[in-house]
Amino acid sequence: MDLTLRIWRQNGAEAPGRLEEHAVTGVEPDMSFLEMLDVLNETLLKEGRDPVTFEHDCREGICGSCGLVINGIPHGPGERSSTCQLHMRHFKSGDTITIEPWRVHSFPILKDLMVDRSALDSIIQSHGYISVSTGSPPDAGTRLIGKPEADQAMDAAECIGCGACAAACPNGSAMLFVAAKVSHLASLPQGRIEAAERVRDMTRTMFSCGFGNCSNHYECEAACPKGISLKFIAKLNRESLKALFRG
Amino acid sequence: MQLDGKCPGGPIAEQWDRHKFAMKLVNPANKRKFTILVVGSGLAGASAAASLGELGYNVEVFCYQDSTRRAHSIAAQGGINAPKNYPNDGDSIHRLFYDTVKGGDFRSREPNVYRLAQVSNSIIDQCVAQGVPFARDYGGYLVNRSFGGAQVSRTFYARGQTGQQLLLGAYQALARQRKAGTVHLHTRSEMLDLVLVDGEAKGIIARDLISGELHSYAGDAVVLASGGYVNVFYLSTNAMGCNVTAAYRAYKRGACFANPCYTQIHPTCIPVSGEHQSKLTLMSESLRNDGRIWVPKQKGDTRRPEDIPEQDRDYYLERKYPSFGNLAPRDIASRAAKEACDQGRGVGPTGYGVYLDFSDAIQRLGETAIQERYGNLFEMYERITAENAYRQPMRIYPAPHYSMGGLWVDYNLQSNVPGLFVLGEANFSDHGANRLGASALMQGLADGYFVIPYTIADYLGRIAPGAVDTGHEAFQACRESVEKRISGLLGGKGRQTVNEFHRRLGNIMWEDCGMARSRESLNRALEQIPQLRREFWEDVILTGAPGGLNQELEKALRVADFLEFGELLARDALAREESCGGHFRTEYQTEEGEAMRNDKDFSHVAAWEYSGEDTAPAMHTEPLAFENVQLAVRSYK
Ligand SMILES: Cc1cc2nc3c(=O)[nH]c(=O)nc-3n(C[C@H](O)[C@H](O)[C@H](O)COP(=O)(O)OP(=O)(O)OC[C@H]3O[C@@H](n4cnc5c(N)ncnc54)[C@H](O)[C@@H]3O)c2cc1C
Ligand code: FES
Repeated sequence: MDLTLRIWRQNGAEAPGRLEEHAVTGVEPDMSFLEMLDVLNETLLKEGRDPVTFEHDCREGICGSCGLVINGIPHGPGERSSTCQLHMRHFKSGDTITIEPWRVHSFPILKDLMVDRSALDSIIQSHGYISVSTGSPPDAGTRLIGKPEADQAMDAAECIGCGACAAACPNGSAMLFVAAKVSHLASLPQGRIEAAERVRDMTRTMFSCGFGNCSNHYECEAACPKGISLKFIAKLNRESLKALFRG
Repeated sequence: MQLDGKCPGGPIAEQWDRHKFAMKLVNPANKRKFTILVVGSGLAGASAAASLGELGYNVEVFCYQDSTRRAHSIAAQGGINAPKNYPNDGDSIHRLFYDTVKGGDFRSREPNVYRLAQVSNSIIDQCVAQGVPFARDYGGYLVNRSFGGAQVSRTFYARGQTGQQLLLGAYQALARQRKAGTVHLHTRSEMLDLVLVDGEAKGIIARDLISGELHSYAGDAVVLASGGYVNVFYLSTNAMGCNVTAAYRAYKRGACFANPCYTQIHPTCIPVSGEHQSKLTLMSESLRNDGRIWVPKQKGDTRRPEDIPEQDRDYYLERKYPSFGNLAPRDIASRAAKEACDQGRGVGPTGYGVYLDFSDAIQRLGETAIQERYGNLFEMYERITAENAYRQPMRIYPAPHYSMGGLWVDYNLQSNVPGLFVLGEANFSDHGANRLGASALMQGLADGYFVIPYTIADYLGRIAPGAVDTGHEAFQACRESVEKRISGLLGGKGRQTVNEFHRRLGNIMWEDCGMARSRESLNRALEQIPQLRREFWEDVILTGAPGGLNQELEKALRVADFLEFGELLARDALAREESCGGHFRTEYQTEEGEAMRNDKDFSHVAAWEYSGEDTAPAMHTEPLAFENVQLAVRSYK
């Protein structure tokens, strides 16, 4: 199939950006979206032009590196799929596709489609962990955890940290990201001990990194490639309340 | 050069404890005076850095991704081994040790493997304490699944995302240390050379991938945990950025590279669909718990799989290896698939595929149970192939997946260059000629959480902290050589892209140095690779300046090293005149087509020492002794 791409080009954080138009031909339905961009880049290189910068690594939907806004939708039209797992069979010959980077205040653009998401690491660093050092923890078999709790923890823990939730949110909020980590750890007995401090530290850091607040637009859940549920934001709110009462 | 593994000796079960006692310690108050550079933030690097930070060392971590959480370990699916024996099926440390030595086709070092088996139980304890949500049953107990090459269930898992959950555990531990100020991160920072001062590893040169600037970093020791090298095959299951650069540059500075020819071709990956393919996707080996592998009995049978009756199907693994069946080890399962396809019995549009069929399991257990076990894998398969594996069998084919070879290390995980330690997939130590499933995660975390925190002290305890800084002339010289390499690549008027060269190298490696190798094919590869390398330096297209963000340059630097390393791999494969594990030489096979080892002449580690640009590298050997597991022909029949 033959496509027209309108791609955001921006040479560095301070430089002005614009949409640039490119034609790509001979795209096959079995190609992934990023393989289609590879084809474009190979052509640009041969023409002596600067290839489009975009981020990717695993190309399996798990590392969270990739992330493009495709026709206005973070990660594009695929259902529960990251950009690298989106295949060209979702498009047809003659389509025009607009490709832009995440547009979030807290994710400055570095070049073209690549942004700086280190704010997400700062949130985890603030308290997205259980305070245990390497050494001699108790035998894993001595602590029983009900299957529902373990499953709920895993549902939340599946977050790949791509930032699509923030990119989809009209307020640029990373609340789903925070909620996923808070819920993962708070669902487990070993994570309950610091639950109050954790939710406080993580939400506070989210705001100080410049992310907006959640005002229930629900766009984040739809954009999440892992289908992280909104119910975790409700859980985060309950955890925040509990933390408040603990003083 | 005499390679001394420095194994402690004595009864194998007591060696590690005795060794821990014999090693030097660093006084707690002195630890913060030592700086340790850790290259890599995968399971090995992140667990090492977090643990060393907790002990009080000053740790600097480097990775090429934007966040330490994105290291390639994140992609591991199936699980991690530990002989907890929760299922009561007869598992023990000794059995895991035995399985790993046998699975590695008797080409690993016994004491290292025993220690790995010993500490593996603590890994599960550590990870559960961190909040890793391993699968549990309705009673709240941890559950296990089976993996290839073992007859017990000892694999712990978190759905199909075990690597992700383990890495997030280590990443969170690392984040906690970063907050505590013991660990400093240098993300988007790629190591391009190792700096030696008086023959000891004292620093690295790294390129800031955003600004393009080269920076020097000095430390009292360098820990490489930079992962594996199978991207030398171009198409593999590894992440796009996985590379051999850090390890290869250390090799060029004097560290020996051990057994580079031991590469693992994983039997269950989604087949190649076309020229545009940029990587191959693994379908976890755990699927072989319930899926049955088959091809049509007749060559050229083009019927749809559901139209092929039972008597016309060849469940070749079950037929050839009745006691392990579909759970035969990876090297054996991969070769059997290749053999079936070479006979013209392969399936799918290219003929390079075999079926992995779940219909029996679905009938027996119900679709819900299968979904519970493998739901995300089936989803991934459908996303890529647009086929529903609940309705029709998956199509799979072997693909390069893991490197057993790596930098040579002794029992302390120290290379022959003092002060240079190597962990995880980047070293060669534990898996011999073939790795069993679910044991790479185990090894990465064992090295990082439970081995390096002890063994590095034995080195640091003998030196004075902070003796070298980046003002030393060795840094200047090293930096200049990196600058030269970069400017040599840029600015030419090339006509071929980096990807094109990488694909061509991959073709040579796969055809001549892949699942089956012969003297003839290896000699061909040894002729072609240097030619391709010369062409690369003359004709590669690279735009831009040395400074600034330049993803093509990043790729070019990695491919340049693969173009040298591929030759070393082929050379090692040629020198090893036997078949063992993942290394199959067509000249050395039984009448039934099984691998034929030659213990008399090749029961050794081959460690290669760089000897200059125009000189062939020198091969050193470390003999392997088998005192606790009897050398035997590996049989899975
Ligand atoms: C798809 C897939 C599934 C797998 N499933 C399993 C499984 O179920 N069970 C199992 O046991 N094993 C599995 N494996 C194998 C296992 O995941 C790896 O062997 C293991 O994770 C390697 O960990 P590592 O820490 O050694 O390296 P990696 O995780 O590869 O980390 C390498 C690190 O080094 C950094 N790095 C590399 N080069 C440089 C450089 N030059 N400069 C700076 N930084 C650098 C990277 O940024 C990264 O942080 C799987 C592998 C794949 C590909
Ligand atoms: S490239 Fe890893 S999630 Fe897309």
